[in-house]
Amino acid sequence: MIEINQAGFYTSVQDLGRKSWRHLGVGLSGAMDPVALSVANLMLGNAIDAAGLEVTMGHACVTFHTDTEIALSGATVEATLDGRPLPNWWALSVRAGQQLRLGTVNAGVRSYLAFRGGLAVPSVMGSASTDLKGGYGGMQGRALKNGDMLDLCPMPALTRRNTGFGLPVMQRAPYAHQGDRADQTTPDGETVVPLVHILPAAQWPDLTPAAQQQLVNATWQVSPQSNRVGCRLEGPTLPMQRRHEMRSHGIMPGVVQLPPAGLPIVQLCDGNTSGGYPVIATVIEADLHMFAQLRPGTPVRFALCDIAYAAAITTRHQKFLDDIALRCELTRRRFH
Amino acid sequence: MTHPAAKPICSRQGEYAILCDLGIPTSSTADLTVQQKVWGMSACLSARDDVLEVVPGMNNLLVIFRSIQHDFDACQAFIHDAWETAGASASPGRQIIVPVVYGGQNGEDLGLVARHAGLTARDYIDLHAQGTYVVYALGSQPGFAYLGGLDPRLAVPRRDVPRPRVEAGSVIVGGSQAAILSRTTPCGWHIIGRTTLNCFDHTQERPALFTPGDTVRFEIQEVLP
Repeated sequence: MIEINQAGFYTSVQDLGRKSWRHLGVGLSGAMDPVALSVANLMLGNAIDAAGLEVTMGHACVTFHTDTEIALSGATVEATLDGRPLPNWWALSVRAGQQLRLGTVNAGVRSYLAFRGGLAVPSVMGSASTDLKGGYGGMQGRALKNGDMLDLCPMPALTRRNTGFGLPVMQRAPYAHQGDRADQTTPDGETVVPLVHILPAAQWPDLTPAAQQQLVNATWQVSPQSNRVGCRLEGPTLPMQRRHEMRSHGIMPGVVQLPPAGLPIVQLCDGNTSGGYPVIATVIEADLHMFAQLRPGTPVRFALCDIAYAAAITTRHQKFLDDIALRCELTRRRFH
Repeated sequence: MTHPAAKPICSRQGEYAILCDLGIPTSSTADLTVQQKVWGMSACLSARDDVLEVVPGMNNLLVIFRSIQHDFDACQAFIHDAWETAGASASPGRQIIVPVVYGGQNGEDLGLVARHAGLTARDYIDLHAQGTYVVYALGSQPGFAYLGGLDPRLAVPRRDVPRPRVEAGSVIVGGSQAAILSRTTPCGWHIIGRTTLNCFDHTQERPALFTPGDTVRFEIQEVLP
């Protein structure tokens, strides 16, 4: 069992989401950064979709009431275990009574804390994820509060404690935008602007040619109104050459909608299952997790791609996760 | 079966999904005959092994595949094929009675919408409860049903500013549509009553009360002053 001593700004139980229920109006939910949660789970030998904690902007504290093993991934956060500094992208055994504290986040937004075996919460429509709007999943369908207790799935004890290991491979992870990488050769004073790849969608042809150019040429800024539902972008307003009344239609996470005001919104994990705004583009699946780590005010750019490119990047991501899975499995032989 | 309309318009929505629009281009409202075709196509396409799920919308459907679809033309071809071969959904659906306490604190906009329609509050309620509504599709929030069949006299533009919090079970009208709010959320529609019926229970094997194709009738349980 674990106890939430400090829930922070917004901490919730998430896995990889609730799939194939959109026809009932049930959205995906799930980890905003599925790559980070998957890697944390792989480090512990879990299934990649085991339930863990998503912590928003650090400043959270958890006490372990049983011996277990944990992994920390995602944002670059100042973390301590019983006061001693703990690296990010790190897995280790912890004893009952120990306390993990997340402090200031130096890059990114969301941290993931995975537990060996995963958090034991009831499965709702095939997922442990918290759906705040639906009011189900995770801890009674709500964000975690101070004092909440969560069970862990029972697991056999390790034959040898994990004294801690990290993933140097994460230096090559798709987190270039976080700007915290030792091997990064960015000139001084220049920030890395994350580049998000998009595919044209139904109303792409309805944008004026100038607006199509602006979408990919402009440097957009993440609006403070962004959250798990969607990322609102600030920048030039995009005119459409024709605007017709849209009937409500199904939408996926990653669609780039253009409300009448002309500023795009990217729908994310907690986004609606249907909408009526024009859909001008969709963010490719392999780039969608970037939005999990973009703070308000962060610049972001779009680049058009085609389906072959999107598929190639997805294959590369899958290979990246497969490599990590293998590396973790080899490392974990020491403990089993 | 012959189709006077042009073939439905298909477009990519990301790597995994294709949106198929059957709607009449010159109309912004959804047509029931077209919607029956949407249900028929949904049943037909959902049965395919490579389809994860089909999300019916208002005179359109989103086909979500299990894997990345490289060949858009091939997908479009079999979606068009489904459009040609699938019959309009024959299943009559269930009839669901929704008991409503209208007006008063349960329907704070009743006076406003009745005035807009040039009716007394009681006449507005009677017309609302006399109608037979059809569940076109679910979406927007868990178990929320898009209902067609509102008497045109009862149509009323949505609020300029949505209310930040409207209770689940609120019976609402917005534009030419009627609905029941399934979750407590912000809402820009007008509230005319409240039902105790739960539109979505995640603990049930069939969590959503409504299914596309069901007919819905509102029953006057009480009218609050």
